[in-house]
Amino acid sequence: MLTKRIIPCLDVKDGRVVKGTQFRNHRDVGDILDLAKRYADEGADELVFYDITASSDGRVVDKSWVGQIARLINIPFCVAGGIRILEDARIILNDGADKISVNSPALERPEFITELAETFGTQCVVVGIDSREEDSTYKVFQYTGDEHKTVKSKFDTVEWAQKVESLGAGEIVLNCMNNDGMQQGYDLKQLTKVQAAITIPLIASGGAGHEENFLEAFKNTKISGALAASVFHSGQIAIPDLKLYLKNQGIEMRLSH
Amino acid sequence: MSTKSEIVIIDSGCANVASVLYALERLGHTATLTSDVNFIQNATKVILPGVGSARTAMTQLHERGLIDTIQNLTQPVMGICLGMQLLFQHSEEFDTNMLNIIPANIVKFNKDTDIVPHMGWNNVSVKTSSPLFQNLTQDSYFYFVHSYLAPVGDYTIGECAYGNKFSAVVKHKNFYGCQFHPERSGEAGATILQNFIEGNL
Repeated sequence: MLTKRIIPCLDVKDGRVVKGTQFRNHRDVGDILDLAKRYADEGADELVFYDITASSDGRVVDKSWVGQIARLINIPFCVAGGIRILEDARIILNDGADKISVNSPALERPEFITELAETFGTQCVVVGIDSREEDSTYKVFQYTGDEHKTVKSKFDTVEWAQKVESLGAGEIVLNCMNNDGMQQGYDLKQLTKVQAAITIPLIASGGAGHEENFLEAFKNTKISGALAASVFHSGQIAIPDLKLYLKNQGIEMRLSH
Repeated sequence: MSTKSEIVIIDSGCANVASVLYALERLGHTATLTSDVNFIQNATKVILPGVGSARTAMTQLHERGLIDTIQNLTQPVMGICLGMQLLFQHSEEFDTNMLNIIPANIVKFNKDTDIVPHMGWNNVSVKTSSPLFQNLTQDSYFYFVHSYLAPVGDYTIGECAYGNKFSAVVKHKNFYGCQFHPERSGEAGATILQNFIEGNL
């Protein structure tokens, strides 16, 4: 059976791993390589490295660590942040990343998703969607790496999710901004709605605070994986304990220990 | 300079072959990434990686003049992911003729019933014992990412299920293939690579 994936996300700013609350007030939580190795050894199913500053101030993600990560760990990883042209993606994939994730650049120029899929294959194209509930619907936000530059895009979340699938995305990471950093659980209602609209894998992001939050997300929605950051970085949730708990609760999990 | 005793990774022009090189490095082996016919023919073990679409990969093998070379290799060859699918006759992906080494066809997952790509960790059950599976636990998990599959056939030595059963590991004469990415499949994947490189296949 295909297992559900537990995915630590390492938000990277200026070469360090950081985490903020509701996308704000970023604080330092550690070295990229140390954390990557720790999570791979602990049984993480995949890692996401997301340069949260890149898209909003026009920089390309600092790539020097991509090759170092690829040498170090033996699980898949995805790199996100400011990938605007095919060449950016090519360098990151050549350095050993398994997937690249695009967010704001895809909103600026949706056909970029198709160019990436045609060049590198659908399987390595992830689209990140930052979504917030507004007037009882869900809206996609852009440039969320910097609170001063964050703007609402013209897209409705469900409509955008369907569009990115048709353009060639192989996976969607849905970050539910209302829940992010609140540790009150994933946005099950929104995840259910978006997964029902697409046939590619959906990864939940934003809101994990307790082991039960992962269980309720996997039990009540069809998501393929759950992403979290601060609960793992702080040690609040240990990945081996989480995976054992979920497996004992009947969720398909890969236990590596 | 002797070109014998080399592990060769065929450079088919696809991105993302670094992770295979690094996985071998972690096992203490060096490999040469090349599209040079002579090097490939003289290698002790040959790895055919593949990421991207079937058509692009076949076009690149044609352009590099590697079709006959690969078809006629007699040493152990391992195709990884798309590289495994390339060993087959034909793929539904863009209606592509493949290397035609294994007499069967690659087909699409059923998108009506399954979330596609089949992406993530799934368990593989060993159907036929092979030196490739030495020191491996039955039902070990491996990392898969694919939208097309090789149906189960005589050539299937390891099976996986997603919707229906499909080939996770294949063997046909001196040709082996893994649908999953051993280079990204933790300890279990490393064991498969080590068995391929160090084993007497």
